[in-house]
Amino acid sequence: MHWGNVSIPLTRRNAILAALAVGAALLILPFIVGLAGNAWIRILAFAMLYIMLALGLNIVVGYAGLLDLGYIAFYAVGAYMYGLLASPHLFEQFEWIRQTFPNGLHNSIWLVVPLSALLAAVFGVLLGAPTLKLRGDYLAIVTLGFGEIIRIFLNNLNAPINLTNGPQGLSKIDPIEIAGINLSRPIDVFGLTIPSVQLYYYLFLILTVLVIVITVRLQDSRVGRAWIAIREDEIAAKAMGINTRNVKLLAFAMGASFGGVSGAMFSAFQGFVSPESFVLMESIVIVAMVVLGGMGYVPGVILGAVLLYAIPEALRYVAKPLQEAIFGNELLAPEAVRMLLFGLSMVLIMLYRPRGLLSARRAT
Amino acid sequence: MSNTPLLKVTEARKVFGGLVALDGVSLSIGSGQIYGLIGPNGAGKTTFFNVITGLYAPDGGRFELQGKTYSPNAVHRVAEAGIARTFQNIRLFPDMTALENVMVGRHVRTHGLHHGVFGAILRSKAFIQGEQQIRAQARELLDYLGIARYADSIAKTLSYGDQRRLEIARALATEPQCLALDEPAAGMNATEKNLLRETLERIRQDGKTILIIEHDVKLVMGLCDRVTVLDYGKVIAEGSPAEVQRNPKVIEAYLGSGATHG
Repeated sequence: MHWGNVSIPLTRRNAILAALAVGAALLILPFIVGLAGNAWIRILAFAMLYIMLALGLNIVVGYAGLLDLGYIAFYAVGAYMYGLLASPHLFEQFEWIRQTFPNGLHNSIWLVVPLSALLAAVFGVLLGAPTLKLRGDYLAIVTLGFGEIIRIFLNNLNAPINLTNGPQGLSKIDPIEIAGINLSRPIDVFGLTIPSVQLYYYLFLILTVLVIVITVRLQDSRVGRAWIAIREDEIAAKAMGINTRNVKLLAFAMGASFGGVSGAMFSAFQGFVSPESFVLMESIVIVAMVVLGGMGYVPGVILGAVLLYAIPEALRYVAKPLQEAIFGNELLAPEAVRMLLFGLSMVLIMLYRPRGLLSARRAT
Repeated sequence: MSNTPLLKVTEARKVFGGLVALDGVSLSIGSGQIYGLIGPNGAGKTTFFNVITGLYAPDGGRFELQGKTYSPNAVHRVAEAGIARTFQNIRLFPDMTALENVMVGRHVRTHGLHHGVFGAILRSKAFIQGEQQIRAQARELLDYLGIARYADSIAKTLSYGDQRRLEIARALATEPQCLALDEPAAGMNATEKNLLRETLERIRQDGKTILIIEHDVKLVMGLCDRVTVLDYGKVIAEGSPAEVQRNPKVIEAYLGSGATHG
């Protein structure tokens, strides 16, 4: 078996059948959770965004072994890029934009997705280039700083030229439109009304599948082996003729690009972005998703992302009634419960499964 | 055959602070030779290896591979130029399988767009063929070193001797002209050493040149065509194993000055 593949006999036929079953389940899932309210579909949609983020970070942390504590910056880059290209903000601020685009800035998803990936990749290289010689703790500190720099820039780039609108953020961001279907309005299919959130969920699902396919294919390739070789022993990797500089930059760029796409989708989905969505805690949560799920192992990372995103979200709805039922009143705010569980789960994972919930089980 | 030496190092110099680790070391290795580099502990053998393979930037010297100068300033470029090495304390990719370790060795000889990101994502025909070829070549090398049965084992679970063999297989995967082995017999028992000797002779017969650092004098004497002896960063003797063995300076370096006078 290849590195990272599960050890169950994975014939092509089995794999296709499993993929079909999972695919069908994921298509039907929003109809079921939707019965409890659209908020639950929204949680599913956000879970997809976080899966993309975690898989992007997995390339940097899981494969290349470079600890990045500022990963949310790429999510911010993608989000702001879409926000600026598809909201009235720049149109209102700059005369020349009014003249060049008299109808305002509106961009197609076919342009936005590749562009957000590309721009985030450029930022990935910008972060990667000065940190090439750093490892471990030192790298973590620099990347942490990078994440904060991006957020602070977004917060303050409203003067002297108002580029990002500062802490107020960008609003009235266009929803996504694909082939004439505006995802912000429900559509009717054979008498079945599919709400807007569910349309977004499907779009995010498609992108997530794309990201998974790209990750798995890269992992089983010359590039993926080079990443893992660097993680395992950088000097030996060099001695094998691997240009570690280029290969590391490639890891930063690839990882960042997933974050950028996810950010652009976040921006379109919310219709609003502001710097406070991109705080350090978010970066840490994404690292936790990768570590908790299983570094360098795709199913593990997906599981980690779903658990760390969906469970705390579900707590918002469940924690209060549950506490009232047990104690008669609410003792802890959902946010406190969330942090408690988060800390507890990290401690337990480090104690009992230091390689993550799921890790590549390998024959020895 | 031309008389150009395969690897020629002239006046290599390396200084660490006030310590002169290599003080004008020169040697010349003919094509197809097994060349031994010996000397007491701390003589500068490994430093010399690290300098010629680009791990340490030299403070002086001329480095030629097949008559062409190369600059040992980047490890990956030295590997590309055709020197592959192993390490004194084994440096495998511990969590990868034996096969994957060797496949990584093919990295430097597999270029082109279809081996890059796009080839991998699109799974182009050229990519798939390339991968199959890499896998087949890696298997062949494992077989060549006699460890094919461990292809799918995690590298760190292999026995010590097998890890050393795997490291040689991985180095060979880069298609080197010169294979540089840093104490390949360290920690091996007599049987493993004999096996190693057979392997190295076979590699030589298949057209590779080998530079070897070794402590085991018996192994060096039986195996090497020529030997250079280092002591305190200087060459103190050079010649055939038999010549070197009789050299009083060498005896002194190994056994102390009393040995020659007593």
